[in-house]
Amino acid sequence: MSAYRTGGTAPTADQDSAAYLLGLADDAMVYAQRLGEWLTHAPQIEEDMALANISLDLLGQARALYPRVGELDGSRRGEDDYAMLRDERDWRNVALVEQPRGDFADEMARLLWFSAARVQVLVAGSGDPVLDGVMGKGAKEVSYHLDHAAQWVVRLGDGTDESHQRMQAALERVAPYVEELFDDDPASLAVAFEVRGPLPSETRQYAVAAVERVLTTAGLTLPGPGPWRARGGRQGVHSRPMGSLLAELQHIARSHPGASW
Amino acid sequence: MTRLAETRTPAAVLDAALREVPDPEVPVVSIADLGILREVVLDEASGEARVTITPTYSGCPAMDVIRSHVEHVCRRQGWHPVVTLRLSPPWTTDWMSDRGRDRLREFGIAPPGSAGRPVGGPVTLTLRERVVTCPQCGSDDTQEVAHFGSTACKALRRCLTCREPFDEFKAI
Repeated sequence: MSAYRTGGTAPTADQDSAAYLLGLADDAMVYAQRLGEWLTHAPQIEEDMALANISLDLLGQARALYPRVGELDGSRRGEDDYAMLRDERDWRNVALVEQPRGDFADEMARLLWFSAARVQVLVAGSGDPVLDGVMGKGAKEVSYHLDHAAQWVVRLGDGTDESHQRMQAALERVAPYVEELFDDDPASLAVAFEVRGPLPSETRQYAVAAVERVLTTAGLTLPGPGPWRARGGRQGVHSRPMGSLLAELQHIARSHPGASW
Repeated sequence: MTRLAETRTPAAVLDAALREVPDPEVPVVSIADLGILREVVLDEASGEARVTITPTYSGCPAMDVIRSHVEHVCRRQGWHPVVTLRLSPPWTTDWMSDRGRDRLREFGIAPPGSAGRPVGGPVTLTLRERVVTCPQCGSDDTQEVAHFGSTACKALRRCLTCREPFDEFKAI
């Protein structure tokens, strides 16, 4: 049973909007899973709490969006169908969020980029009532996540030689996954303007400016373009870690279909 | 699940009871004080109680508990509950009542300051320091210890005057 009822208006199938919302929902769902893995592994107990809280916010955003996708694509699927019963090629998240957690600096670099990019999408609002509701709440939540990541990046970048060097190295490792956040994939190009707000490419300069400000304060440098970059997540082409992530996420639901307790 | 009571209480009685449903995480404040209870529509003819609640945070795990508590209160008074979760407009701590703020302070939790509303357009980043008053001694000389606290809606701080740690209800 879905926790959320969607608005009373009878939805007409709209595959373009469904595909676009699915990308946003999958980013949130997969990143929630990765952040949840930090529980009991963060450098201090406060960070266990912080990363679990951020995970929970993103999970809540995904849970609200999946039933709406099920209305828009006409399948009437619910949140569990999307989260637990889809195979790798059916997921539409970017590669950034599916990467295994590295060290704490890697996570702060990833959280900084993800939040900086996502908050620009969320503040735009949407003509879709459910997406607009998620965006209104999500913009506040993700701003707070962005603030949290920024504070850590400054603390580590402007800390000891060791922490500075490791934070810079983390930024370099995350860099190849950043540009995919700003790709105008077929789903975002096809969806009506009233539904999506700005294109991913249109949010790029604002997100980069926000990250640059943090890096300047931290005494870190923005990595330049590398020899390769991730792409294809929105078309369902994922990197190798995605398979084991889904195995861990889905195995209980698949081994015991329909189980409840 | 609570059995439906045979005699139905007057609408005003149920309405008052629903306003007193406590928040499961911070039981000194009610869901009405917190602004979580958005709407109560009581249909005397059909006995249907349509209650709309809104989550504080998207993933707030207390919502299921609040929902079942609301349903329990309705059934015990002979009303059929229909509970709806609504996300929009997004919950803000600005909806918290003055009574709720006072109760939080008495409980040792610093109530939220003014949230201000994020408006459309590019978001700029501020590495900001908030002034939060210690609920114990009233000093403004307090410091954030952790950005996230024991629940999604709180952060952890300490007072540099009385040296006591305390929770802060985050303004969003």
